[in-house]
Amino acid sequence: MVKVGVLALQGAVREHIRSVEQCGAEGIAIKKVEQLKEVDGLILPGGESTAMRRLIDKYGFMEALKEFAAEGKPMFGTCAGLILLAKNLVGHEPHIGVMDITVERNSFGRQVDSFEADLAIKDVAESFPAVFIRAPHIVEAGAEVEILSKHNDRIVAAREGQFLGCSFHPELTDQHDITAYFVEMVKEAKAKQFA
Amino acid sequence: MKTGTDRVKRGMAEMQKGGVIMDVINAEQAKIAEEAGAVAVMALERVPSDIRAAGGVARMADPRIIEEVLNAVSIPVMAKARIGHIVEARVLEAMGVDYIDESEVLTPADEEYHLYKSDFTVPFVCGCRDLGEAARRIGEGASMLRTKGEPGTGNIVEAVRHMRKVNGQVRKVVGMNEDELMTEAKLLGAPFELLLEIKRLGRLPVVNFAAGGVATPADAALMMQLGADGVFVGSGIFKSENPALFAKAIVEATTHYQDYKLIAELSKNLGTPMKGIEISSLSPENRMQERGW
Repeated sequence: MVKVGVLALQGAVREHIRSVEQCGAEGIAIKKVEQLKEVDGLILPGGESTAMRRLIDKYGFMEALKEFAAEGKPMFGTCAGLILLAKNLVGHEPHIGVMDITVERNSFGRQVDSFEADLAIKDVAESFPAVFIRAPHIVEAGAEVEILSKHNDRIVAAREGQFLGCSFHPELTDQHDITAYFVEMVKEAKAKQFA
Repeated sequence: MKTGTDRVKRGMAEMQKGGVIMDVINAEQAKIAEEAGAVAVMALERVPSDIRAAGGVARMADPRIIEEVLNAVSIPVMAKARIGHIVEARVLEAMGVDYIDESEVLTPADEEYHLYKSDFTVPFVCGCRDLGEAARRIGEGASMLRTKGEPGTGNIVEAVRHMRKVNGQVRKVVGMNEDELMTEAKLLGAPFELLLEIKRLGRLPVVNFAAGGVATPADAALMMQLGADGVFVGSGIFKSENPALFAKAIVEATTHYQDYKLIAELSKNLGTPMKGIEISSLSPENRMQERGW
């Protein structure tokens, strides 16, 4: 069974772990840097990206997260997690900066504009209940980035090799297709590592 | 595409989990809070301890202050409306506030009815002292709960009482048989369907934060250990000697609430916390937690 970590500094950690378990993998809440060595893939959950960044810096996670990416291990960012993964942010310095996308924060407006919508996500689901909360979106994607879903012409889900990111919160729904897709990415990466 | 659904409103609070929400009265304080790693700020005219000291009627903050805070930070901004004050709540919603606290810290506008929060697109947080109160607020449409504690006292005892009470009652409901729940609903004054849902989920259907008396990093960690999903700090930060340091320490203690060596480290040299008030020295009419029904 593959082990999938969920960065547990702040945000919707429990929901992601439950979703990972539903997909037949082991879910581990990552609170300490050394725990990253135990896992084959990592989910960066929804939450407040600025608050997460403070804690990432405080506990020396930044280098370890970049190393994790450099080792080719899969990473999946949802909402705030997508912001953490992006190489470029509109109006801000990037955080981990590993996925070749430009992301704009809070780009759908404030909380009163938060919404849910059914999305078709390529290779994942024909209809997925996507919950957008003060959500970011992908303004621009690099040549190697595969666009998986759009909402009103805005890119809201994408994959670049080992990296998967979405604007919405799959962890707030009971439909686990996108987590299952990520768990498959983790299995493939692990199989390759031992091939 | 749907806005203002339960999932969107409750989900917003889920994203705040494990975090600290700080009371601020201007842009400068809001920036200090954001810099310290707060997951949201509560924009107020006065922090609870000053409301207590000032006396008189406490109302929604001047919209200018709220606007100033909305423009100063990129994290969510909450604001307080008086219990039952439909128009204050609508005004805050129209201003684009991200969450409204229907709060006993302000003087109630209605001594019988709370807001029908399901009618709003903006989500609400409400205070509770027990499961009956929690369930009534959820029934009215609250998307997030917090303990009432005793605001502006810097004394954690009431928040502890309320968190233990709610969680103990949730455990009891989860352990009961379905045929016992109607009588329990009657005894608690709670909607029956909500008790069924709590039993099915094994927990409350919305997050429950600690509030009302958190003054130190150890207080915040204590509340997390008792099962709080996160922490509101009112007067505790900006009434302490060194707010920036205090704010950071409380954020870290909330994240790592079981790392006692760390809490010891970050509690060093913080300066003086806010001066506290012994609850028994407050006459019943001065206890904010008694407001709300």
